[in-house]
Amino acid sequence: MNEQIRKTYDAGVKEYRATYWEPDYAIKETDILACFKVIPQAGVSREEAAAAVAAESSTGTWTTVWTDLLTDLDHYKGRAYRIEDVPGHDEAFYAFIAYPADLFEEGSVVNVFTSLVGNVFGFKAVRSLRLEDIRFPIWFVKTCFGPPHGIHVERDKLDKYGRPLLGCTIKPKLGLSAKNYGRAVYECLRGGLDFTKDDENVNSQPFMRWRDRFLFCQEAIEKAESETGERKGHYLNVTAGTVEDMFQRAEFAKEIGTPIIMSDYLTLGWAAHNSLSKWCRDNGLLLHVHRAMHAVLDRNPNHGINFRVLTKLLRLMGGDHLHSGTVVGKLEGDREATLGWIDLMRDKYVKEDRSRGIFFDQDWGSMPGVFPCASGGIHVWHMPALVSIFGNDSVLQFGGGTLGHPWGNAAGAAANRVALEACVQARNEGRELEREGKDILLKAAEHSPELKIAMETWKEIKFEFDTVDKLDVQHR
Amino acid sequence: MSVQDYHSRLSDPASRKMGTFSYLPPMTKEQIRAQVEWIVQNGWNPAIEHTEPQFAMSNYWYMWKLPMFGETDVDAILAELEACHAANPDNHVRLLGYNNFTQSQGANMVVYRGTPV
Repeated sequence: MNEQIRKTYDAGVKEYRATYWEPDYAIKETDILACFKVIPQAGVSREEAAAAVAAESSTGTWTTVWTDLLTDLDHYKGRAYRIEDVPGHDEAFYAFIAYPADLFEEGSVVNVFTSLVGNVFGFKAVRSLRLEDIRFPIWFVKTCFGPPHGIHVERDKLDKYGRPLLGCTIKPKLGLSAKNYGRAVYECLRGGLDFTKDDENVNSQPFMRWRDRFLFCQEAIEKAESETGERKGHYLNVTAGTVEDMFQRAEFAKEIGTPIIMSDYLTLGWAAHNSLSKWCRDNGLLLHVHRAMHAVLDRNPNHGINFRVLTKLLRLMGGDHLHSGTVVGKLEGDREATLGWIDLMRDKYVKEDRSRGIFFDQDWGSMPGVFPCASGGIHVWHMPALVSIFGNDSVLQFGGGTLGHPWGNAAGAAANRVALEACVQARNEGRELEREGKDILLKAAEHSPELKIAMETWKEIKFEFDTVDKLDVQHR
Repeated sequence: MSVQDYHSRLSDPASRKMGTFSYLPPMTKEQIRAQVEWIVQNGWNPAIEHTEPQFAMSNYWYMWKLPMFGETDVDAILAELEACHAANPDNHVRLLGYNNFTQSQGANMVVYRGTPV
């Protein structure tokens, strides 16, 4: 006789650990695995807190209910299967939880996260909770949509090889008329950038309605292409207040023949973003993805969702570019952690590597890679480090570092392009960029007055605040 | 230095750029050799293409023979580049490194610039 049938109903509150803590559990290839950093309330044991997280993010509720017996809970429940100390942190521990495949809807990132970061984050038994990493099994990866084009198709479409791509966010981010904005775009592109970019909050405000912006920017792209003989793009932001408005803007972008549009995947909402990503593949437009609001979720080291998880979910939902942090610029970003999530954007298979904050092996199957975009407070002096850190498959975006050039955008763009190509050339010759960067740039500036002036303008600027969200390491 | 004009014109063929390294001064023979070595070191397959300058925006330039699959002799690759240039002196000639694992190109640079149009 089956054991399940012999179970009887016993009402009341049971310890979570009796059902959801299984240290002997053998992980299945098909399980979704998650690692949470947990700080329990005083008096709650680690096993009980881990089991509570497993329960509340899967099948459980606070008390036993008779309908539990109408199903096979052992088949559906999440299980806490391992607990580890967090290096350098006395109160926190890592809880590893395995979720069976049948808990989730195929291809729905929304469904997975509604479970894993749902009610459990407000749960009283834990003082704080952070989702550090998720292992997505190959069945889930294969049922997700993925980047509309991916790195290599983008290179082919744009005919750009052997180097990082160059971009620039147009500033001031708000307040320019569409025609003046298009001027700034044109100047950047003719000077040698591959892309310019709408800022995240440029949508369709009274000072510049979206349709006017799209048309002026497209003229700028086309003229710069004729002038330079190179392919160009401007990330036309289609993020809007409703999905209908978003698609109206995307359709118009397609109609005028622009190569790339952009969205903000966190503020737009994941379902809307996923729909846009599918639309981009069907209609042949590249999709640049900005991450406004990410720091709300990922900056607190004890509570929230680590950016590596937000990276994985974006690759699953689809996007051809994603902002990754710069390591060297004005915005937060630990070097090793950043290297970890740029691997997660681009590689086919990423192995567990605690030194980069990667808790699980992750197989991406045939899913294309996403270009990481380094953007925020970077300029020509950062170029050697950026090329060294990010490698070829990246987009380096210099906003102030292009527009702030004393001779204007075109000269600023040319300075960045010369610096980039000099660094790529030197790297290919076997030189060490981060050690010899200064010499490489000074030599390149001998042939480029634009670069020379850029280097004089930004020489002294540094950003040396300490990182708040560091990897967990033993530092005592 | 006072503000300088950025010289780039639709009417000036010299304003047309040619992808990676086209913002740097023309490379010396030694510098070109180093880039060929980079392709070989990475295990990429060298290939040569050329085009009349007025059709440079096309994806498909003329292939010079076939990609040199498995070729690791830098001198042999340089000799093919010269042979392509000698046979097509007015054309742009570029060197590619095909990466068959990414199904993309790891390198792509114009080595000889044709007569500008």
